[in-house]
Amino acid sequence: MRNLSVNKHLLLALLGLGNVVYAGSVFAEYKYNMTQGVTPISGEIYDLHMMVFWIVTAIGIGVFSVMIYSIINHRKSKGVKPAEFHESTEVEVLWTIIPFVILIFIAFPATKTLLALEDSSDADVTIKVTGYQWKWHYEYLDDDAKGLSFFSNLDAESNEARQLGANQDLSQVDHYLLNVDNPIVLPTNKKVRFLVTSNDVIHSWWVPALGVKQDAIPGYINDTWTYLKKPGVYRGQCTELCGKDHGFMPIVVLAKPENEYKEWLAQKQAEKKAAEEEAKGVWSLEKLMTKGEQVYNTSCAGCHQANGKGLPGMFPAIAGSKIALGPIADHINTVMNGKSGTAMQAFGAQLSDADLAAVITYERNAFGNNTGDAVQPSDIKSAR
Amino acid sequence: MQELQLQKANQQLLLKLSAVAVLMFGFGFALVPLYNLFCDITGLNGKTGQVSVTEARNTTIDMSRSITVRFVTTSQSELPWEFKPLADKITVHPGELGKVNFSIKNMADHAITAQAIPSLAPTKVSKYFNKTECFCFSQQTLQAGEEIIAPVHFIIDPAAPKDISQVILSYTFFKSTKG
Amino acid sequence: MSTATAHDTAHDHHGPPAGLSRWLFTTNHKDIGTLYLWFSFTMLLIGGAMAMVIRAELFQPGMQIVDPNFFNQMTTLHGLIMVFGAIMPAFVGLANWLIPMMIGAPDMALPRMNNWSFWILPFAGTLLLSTLFMEGGGPNFGWTFYAPLSTTYGPESTDFFIFAVHLLGMSSIMGAINIIATILNMRAPGMTLMKMPLFVWTWLITAFLLIAAMPVLAGAVTMMLADRHFGTSFFNAAGGGDPILFQHVFWFFGHPEVYIMILPAFGIISQIVPTFSRKKLFGYSSMVYATASIAFLSFIVWAHHMYTVGMPVAGELFFMYATILISVPTGVKVFNWVATMWRGALTFEVPMLWALAFIFLFTLGGFSGLMLGVTPADTQYHDTYFVVAHFHYVLVAGALFSIIAAVYYWLPKWTGHMYDQTLAKIHFWWSVISVNILFFPMHFLGLAGMPRRIPDYAIQFAEFNQLASIGGFAFGLSQLLFLYILIKTIRGGEKATDKVWEKPEGLEWTVASPAPYHTFATPPQVK
Repeated sequence: MRNLSVNKHLLLALLGLGNVVYAGSVFAEYKYNMTQGVTPISGEIYDLHMMVFWIVTAIGIGVFSVMIYSIINHRKSKGVKPAEFHESTEVEVLWTIIPFVILIFIAFPATKTLLALEDSSDADVTIKVTGYQWKWHYEYLDDDAKGLSFFSNLDAESNEARQLGANQDLSQVDHYLLNVDNPIVLPTNKKVRFLVTSNDVIHSWWVPALGVKQDAIPGYINDTWTYLKKPGVYRGQCTELCGKDHGFMPIVVLAKPENEYKEWLAQKQAEKKAAEEEAKGVWSLEKLMTKGEQVYNTSCAGCHQANGKGLPGMFPAIAGSKIALGPIADHINTVMNGKSGTAMQAFGAQLSDADLAAVITYERNAFGNNTGDAVQPSDIKSAR
Repeated sequence: MQELQLQKANQQLLLKLSAVAVLMFGFGFALVPLYNLFCDITGLNGKTGQVSVTEARNTTIDMSRSITVRFVTTSQSELPWEFKPLADKITVHPGELGKVNFSIKNMADHAITAQAIPSLAPTKVSKYFNKTECFCFSQQTLQAGEEIIAPVHFIIDPAAPKDISQVILSYTFFKSTKG
Repeated sequence: MSTATAHDTAHDHHGPPAGLSRWLFTTNHKDIGTLYLWFSFTMLLIGGAMAMVIRAELFQPGMQIVDPNFFNQMTTLHGLIMVFGAIMPAFVGLANWLIPMMIGAPDMALPRMNNWSFWILPFAGTLLLSTLFMEGGGPNFGWTFYAPLSTTYGPESTDFFIFAVHLLGMSSIMGAINIIATILNMRAPGMTLMKMPLFVWTWLITAFLLIAAMPVLAGAVTMMLADRHFGTSFFNAAGGGDPILFQHVFWFFGHPEVYIMILPAFGIISQIVPTFSRKKLFGYSSMVYATASIAFLSFIVWAHHMYTVGMPVAGELFFMYATILISVPTGVKVFNWVATMWRGALTFEVPMLWALAFIFLFTLGGFSGLMLGVTPADTQYHDTYFVVAHFHYVLVAGALFSIIAAVYYWLPKWTGHMYDQTLAKIHFWWSVISVNILFFPMHFLGLAGMPRRIPDYAIQFAEFNQLASIGGFAFGLSQLLFLYILIKTIRGGEKATDKVWEKPEGLEWTVASPAPYHTFATPPQVK
């Protein structure tokens, strides 16, 4: 009747099959396949993934071969007479039982890996990970790292390049969208436990090389763990839609040998002390503005925009705003304590005295606000 | 005649199936208590048990092992409260009453009401973790600048799985939507 | 069935009234079927246009065309419109046209309600689309609208979204009730349940799924509305509610919903493959049982969408076992289709081509589904492009392809004209090649670590995204050819015979082509 050429049918048949084979032949490269990662769990997950992949590939080759054979040989144009059979209890029972047995074969290793995945007991290092719109916050809970906590934002270079119409050469940007200002640093050969939670909406903390993906849910503390075998830089992203800048809150894990990790801890604590010292002095307007612009771009520009104009209907403008041009005390209060019922967070606990002073000064003098006010870190301290 | 009968049958089926739809709409809401019940039984979502003080006193203490309970606090960023445990962690024997105090301070210049939501990790501990006293049972209202010390008393059931040696007890303060 | 031809011509004495009122007030199942199908096609083009915006933005790294918030509105509305506006109404349209003719009934059981359940749809669709023009923009929280992103943090227009979902749900439930009543009460004498065509069987089971699942969705959005405006705290942690509860309620609806969109497709393929194999469907009764067991299992696997929320291990194990178990009855279906073809006398007319593509590509989607069902591996797959690839294989190369196959199979019966088969074959090859260029690279993207629902990506994902976008534009364009073919066929063309195909089975082929306005006013006798 209305037949097509044999070639076309082969093409159709091979299209599905060819895809599967293609996926297999290049599996070694990270670009085409799941990473094997650098932890025991990520390796087990990879093995499980490949096992199921080869099983379905084998089934696919079987089923599609029969189909293709039928398409080629059982054509009306070849003058075949259609057979009469239309049921066979034996065959039907067989192809119900065989897949079932295959499933049991898959279920065993899957169960074993799952139990290992969920066992976060006896950790050496514990870190609290909190998702914010749109950044991560890390807090080290162990005694030797007490009080160490920081935010991890998309780094400034990527942040600039990702603006609508920025039109930059992205290959020149260091790890575009996968780079942060403050990476989380972990020791190797230690069991690290993460306590994952969220400040606002649901986020999800995912680092493929660690084989860790854990939802960050407000009010919940979800625990998961990792055990890094080799030092390196491992990158990941938020994987649960969390609003406008969901795509712009990456994760960078810096894995260091234990001695270097200890050095890093000591250095961080020294920095913190130095910053506290510096905050005690009086800052020039210029210094406040420079620092303020940095803080503004990482903490405020996500909503109020880099140009201070906000997004009409969603986020108010800073340029010409009543708060930025009004009494300083009200401005400090709004930034530190947030505004209930809106997306405006309370930054009092998130930022240091110096950062708050700088960003408030910046908001009062940038975008044509030109009040000339300089807010000092000591003003913030007394407002606390 | 036959036509009428058919129409009647159709109407009846319509009523029955609509009733099923309404029932399933109700079932959607019934999922809420069902879920909570399910959570109570399995300890999913960290909903911990509450026992009376006398009940707690009558539990035998398993001196052969000890469990470290670490306290983690969060206050939502729209809530200007400073909230921290006075001890980072304590170690107790199963069956022993553990006591810890939290300091909660309202940094704002006005009174605020908030509610603390507890969460436990690992989840399998939840059903063995019972509290006799907790500020999370009710809403807290703090005046401007007010600071309170709030106690939590808890007891871990000696029947808790043997492989548990560390427990995380977390509280998150959310600004109350009511009031 | 050759005796039944006598029935039809006698009863087309009163045809349809002319003009707009025909469509507004019609209670005729064929008219309403046509309305559903055109509505669905319109929505397919609108939802498709949104997909084009998404693919254009993702064509290369960096933000070029839309801002991230608008991008989120596009992904959200694309999902909602394709699920509730395109796929589901298309199946209801096919059910309206075909079920009465397949079971020898004069019309649907509740014709007036039928009219109502259709005419709700354009209003619901318009309401949903109008949110795009509201201040603060349309829904931007994904079609799964997880709390608290959609409740505490949702835009103002969320209330309109909630109302639209209510309307869409009501329409579906009414449609489902009508279909069940038609199948149970209106069958011609001798048409026992186990003689019904599989399309009717799969729709009967689907209709029960709809009645069980859609009201739960209505409950979920009602709770959302109450949380937003009436001070309740179902999902709001601040008042003692629970955001994870939302996911449980949503997926209790959401997983059966997935099968609502694929079971009727199984029915269509089970009609087409035997016709062009010139052989009876292999394992009719096992097909019915497999469909029923898939429907049952669909209610106990919902939490496989939530492996990363921090469920207790026992829960994860249960949902993993139940999920992978679904591949058994699904496999039975594929094996039965292949066995139907085996030692048949195959020809490859346009509907058969689409059906074959369905079997190949849906099976690929099933394979990735099995991989996703394995909990530890899902740790890496979850919320990545691997998932996007998976559900587009089952919903585009699966559900949508089956709908197109159905249109090409029954279109001559509906219009009385044979379509231009050369153009239809071009449409087929164009679609089947481009759909693979569009969705296959997404597997690699997901495995290599690209999360879904992001408006911009790291450089290493650039090549595959570009390839997918090219496939996407081509696939989108090919559906315009489909529109052209449809219009051309409606306006004229080679006269189709009553049987249309060489040896089709079923009562619908015993009436004239085009099918008269009223068919089977006197029920046929089925042997």
